[in-house]
Amino acid sequence: MLSPRFHRGHKSPEPPIVRKTVSLFFVLAGTWLLLSGHWSMLLLGLGLASVLLVVFCARRLGVIDDEGMPIEIIPGLVRYAPWLIQQIILSCLDVSKRILNPTMPISPAIVHIEAGQKSDMGRVSLANSITLTPGTISLDVGHDTIEVHALTAESAASLADGEMARRVHKKVEGE
Amino acid sequence: MSTALDFLSGALLLIGIFFTLVGSVGILRLPDVLSRLHGASITDTLGAASILLGLAVAAGWSLLMGKILALLVMMVLLNPSASHALARAAIHGIRKPWLERESD
Repeated sequence: MLSPRFHRGHKSPEPPIVRKTVSLFFVLAGTWLLLSGHWSMLLLGLGLASVLLVVFCARRLGVIDDEGMPIEIIPGLVRYAPWLIQQIILSCLDVSKRILNPTMPISPAIVHIEAGQKSDMGRVSLANSITLTPGTISLDVGHDTIEVHALTAESAASLADGEMARRVHKKVEGE
Repeated sequence: MSTALDFLSGALLLIGIFFTLVGSVGILRLPDVLSRLHGASITDTLGAASILLGLAVAAGWSLLMGKILALLVMMVLLNPSASHALARAAIHGIRKPWLERESD
């Protein structure tokens, strides 16, 4: 493998490149089958050829790494998703009520919240969770803080409480 | 298709349409670009997800359902990146955010 392209949050041992290459093959093949829906031998062969070509190119480019094929965090994301969906629905209802209220009781604020995530993937997951939840948008991601625009003081306060950061740390990073 | 599934699909579509409408009203009513993004994120999440789930239920067990669910997963992964890029461009650009109070 080539030398690391970017600074990483933590040093990992030699990446399990074979496992990542094989899973890239299956992800690409699954996507091809899902989008085509054709089962004749000619088209399947062409699909297989293009999948193998893409895997070969990705391998040569050195993009099959923790960032390009983050298969390790998928189980953690699945365990984290139900709580996030619940939060999204709750804050959707809250923001909708405020928008439809004739007086529109909003109090926008820019706050910095703690992000003690060790890995880049953990930080990205937290920042994306914040943006996905209506009422909060991540503006800037630093090394240990995330700058957040919150629509209301309450949503800023519930984020500063750190529940989301703790859950991302526990489930996605698995520590 | 059974009546119960028709009803479920219709209900999900109606919920999605309602939240898409609320998000659009939010984009019109909220005061500045950053708070308008909050209105747009209602449309992005609950609005679009309910409509896609309603369509997936209507499609039944087929390749079409798989495609719709793949669309849903991609939307959840890509939308926050686009919103973040927009918000970051707005805050680093010429726009002064409309804030009730400054805090840290």
